[in-house]
Parts: sequence; C-alpha cells; structure tokens
Amino acid sequence: MQCENCQTREATIHLTEIADGVRTEMHLCETCAQEQGIGTKSYIPLNELLSNLLSVSPKGEEPAQSGQTELVCPQCGYTLAKFQEKAVLGCPNDYEVFEKQLLPLIKKAHDGATCHCGKVPSNTPADSKKEMEIIRLRQQLDEAIKKEDYELAAKLRDKLAEYK
Amino acid sequence: MKLTEISGNINEWFSGEGPLSDVVISSRVRLARNLAGHRFLEACSSAEKAEILRKLKEVLMSIDLGDEVFYIGVDKAAMLEKKFLVERHLISQNHAFGKGPRGAVIARREFFTAMINEEDHLRLQVLKAGSQLQSCIDQINRIDDMIERKVEYAFSPKYGYLTACPTNLGTGIRVSVMLHLPALKITGQIEKFLNATKALGLAIRGLFGEGTEAAGDFYQLSNQITLGVREKDIVTNFENKIIPEIVGYEHDARKHLLSNDSSLLDDKISRALALLKNANLISSQEALFLLSHIRLGLNMRKYQGASTPAIDRLYSLGNDTSDEVAHPHLSIATVNRLFLLTLPAHLQLNYGKELDSTHRDALRAKIIRSALNG
Repeated sequence: MQCENCQTREATIHLTEIADGVRTEMHLCETCAQEQGIGTKSYIPLNELLSNLLSVSPKGEEPAQSGQTELVCPQCGYTLAKFQEKAVLGCPNDYEVFEKQLLPLIKKAHDGATCHCGKVPSNTPADSKKEMEIIRLRQQLDEAIKKEDYELAAKLRDKLAEYK
Repeated sequence: MKLTEISGNINEWFSGEGPLSDVVISSRVRLARNLAGHRFLEACSSAEKAEILRKLKEVLMSIDLGDEVFYIGVDKAAMLEKKFLVERHLISQNHAFGKGPRGAVIARREFFTAMINEEDHLRLQVLKAGSQLQSCIDQINRIDDMIERKVEYAFSPKYGYLTACPTNLGTGIRVSVMLHLPALKITGQIEKFLNATKALGLAIRGLFGEGTEAAGDFYQLSNQITLGVREKDIVTNFENKIIPEIVGYEHDARKHLLSNDSSLLDDKISRALALLKNANLISSQEALFLLSHIRLGLNMRKYQGASTPAIDRLYSLGNDTSDEVAHPHLSIATVNRLFLLTLPAHLQLNYGKELDSTHRDALRAKIIRSALNG
C-alpha cells in the first residue's frame, strides 16, 4: 500500500481514528508520519508489561473460584493476588508454588524461554548440574521435533539416554 | 568517605575515552542476585532486611575489588546525597527513594557499585567508558564469583538465578550502552532508530532526567530477555551487531549533515555556543540540549576537512594555546564534565548547600560561561 501523503513510499503506519462515531483511516510511510507528529511508542515499561500479562490469566486458572482453595506459599505467605498487587514475588519458593500460573508470564517476558542456560554458581551440587543439562536437552529436543529436524532429535535423544 | 571528595570530578565512565566513544559514552553490565534462605525484599520485615544488609555489606567489603571501596547507608543519607548518587549512576532511583535498611558499596573510581536491598537483595553493576561490554562482563563475573564463594544465592537448576520480578529471572543480567545520538535527532531519524531497537526486543530510555525523556540526545539501550539466553551471547550480540549498526547510523547521519546540510549543522552549533557563552540563567534541560550540540561539533573534527564557521570556532577554542586563560582547552572531556557537574544535585553538593531553581540556573550558567569564555 502506498503512502497517502507522498504517494511514493510504502505505507507502514496505519492509523484508525474514531471521533464522534466517524471512523477515519490513514496510511502513511514512516517519513510522512513523523512529519505529522505521529510517533510510535517505542518503550513499554516493564511493570506495565507485567500488569498487562497478569491481568490476562489463562482460562480455568483463576485462583479462589467456587470452593477452590487459593494457593498460598508456605514460606512467605504470598498468594497470586498479592503478587499481582505488588508486581514482585515474596520468596524464591514462589517460583515452585505458583509455577503453573507464572509460566505463561515467564514465557511472554522471555520470548518463549522456560529454562535457564547461562551461568551456574560454582558451588551448585553435581546432581543439580546434571538436572539442568537434562532440562536443557529436553527443551532442545522439543524444538527439534517442532522444526521436524529428526536427525538432530535423534542425537539429542541419544544424549538424554546417556544421562539416565 | 565524603561524597564531596568525588563530586567535583568527572567519573571514569564519563571520561569521553574508550572504543567508539564519539557515540558510545559508556557500557554497563548489571547482575541481580538474591540470597538463598531469605524472603524477597517486598515480603521481608525490617529486621530481615537489616540482616541481609549486614551480611552482604560484610562480604562486599571483604573482597578484593582492586580499588578502595566505600559504603553508603542509603536509607540514612541526606536527600541531596541520594540525588547525587542517582545523577552519577551509582545507584538507581528505586534504591535512592525506596524504603527500609539499604546501602551501596562503591569503588572509589566508580567502575563498580553493589546496591544492597534494591528490588533484589543484591544488584551488582560494572560501568566503563566507551564500548567495553566484554571487559564489563569479565570483571563483573570475577566479582560475582568471589561473592558466591561466601554466600549461597537463590538458584534453581531450571530457572537459574531467582529474582523478585520474573522479568529478571535466569541470568539476572541487564546489559546496557549509553549512546549519544545528536545527528540522528537533528536529521529526524531518531524514531526509526527507536522502532528498530523495539523490534530487536531492546528497552530504551533517556540517560539523564527522569522517565523515558532523552535529555541531551543521550539514550540508554538494554536487553530485556534474561532467560533462555547465555550472558556471553547477549554481550556478543551487542558488541558485534547492535552497537556497530547504531554507531553506523549515527556516523552516516553526521556525514550527511556535514556534506548535505552543513548550514543546519552550523546553525545548531553556533546557537548552542552563543547561548552557552552568554546566558545568565540556564535550566538543566536546556544545558543538556545545548551541550549536546557542542559535543557533536567537537566530534565532527574526526572527519577530514570538516569545516563550518562554528566547527572552526570550536576547534580554535580547543587549540588556542596563545592565551590559555581566555581560551581553556575545550575538549570532549570538558564538555562531558559540564554535562555532569551542572546537574542539579552536583551543583548544590559542590556549592555546599541547597539552592532554589533560579539560583541553580544562575550558578549553572556561570560554570558553563567560565568554561567556554575563560
């Protein structure tokens, strides 16, 4: 689509305005949009992102519904509602207690990632390191199958078997 | 240590040195860590916060950082001192104006700060001048390793370093570069740059001033994703891809201004020089805005044959040795110094008392005038 203003460049900014019930549409290129003072918001603060994500919890996972007992972390006494209110968790154990509810948010904030693959404290016990490697291989295996890369999947499966 | 011992000087990360420093002011790596066996701060009592503070302070003061370190009890510091530390990027706004027992361990040369009880129990940062992320991460890793030998961090094999906010989970790393992009701004391309960085999943905000406003054309660019990526890959991506690309855009815009729009460029620099040399009252925002154009003009010298009347005037200010009193050496370091020392808390701390905004504006104008006029 061509830019309505300069009629030369490709329109990349599409603006729909509804004023007094009348709907108008504008299709502009970046240059013309800038000239008209139509900027695109370039930065979403993290806390805004967080509260948006939390307000849309997955279906059926609403806490404290019709007789369901609300999850409470035994170590810090936090509930999911408290996390929503504070935007920070109460203790490290919350990642385990609320894992199911936090996972969609973690995925969204980290581009789909659900597992750590960076630095590991040197004093981590050997079996934890092994556990990490297994988690990582499983994730890679899932991805390989999704991409239909069966050659890689077979290799990863062999590696996983070695750990068991 | 008294803060006035450092407040009159420029810090290392703003020295104007380091690789690609005409665009990349400084590089920073920050790590978020929490102690195992303690609640996160929001759920902590004041007594637990005090215990965490005592523990971490003791550890941090005992490790060898290769520089003299000092401790500041942020909760007990005066308002002006807190604001000063924020202006100098030694602590965050959150840390300065938070609540409960909290403090900061700072290396005297200011390349390192550990904020204790900010959003997480521990936030480590290493800051260096120019494009030096690799060196930042090497150093912060060494420091992190030393701390780790003395405390146990909250860590999960699956999710990595556990942080109070899930947005920092995993590596807990925030890699940032501070960029000076005046030519992209003048040529009206800054929106394009902002959109491109957004598409790369990066966060951008101003370096000075509050919120997202980028006073003085300084922008801070950081990664947002901390889980499922390795620290070294984030750094490599910045060093090999993001930084060269943005520096390239800014350089192209500077060359474009010089060859196609030199009257516009000359006008920006002339106006900045005229106002800064003559103003009697100048706000912090205006000073940042004008000094940015002076800095751009000075950086234009690297292009061979770069000459406009205003650039030549700046050049003569920098080179006139015949009358050093009337024309002190005008260098990037001088301009960077003015950026920092004319910020509100710096002004007042160096003056020795609090000033209202009119007096601050007068003092700021005076400092700038004397640096540019002698």
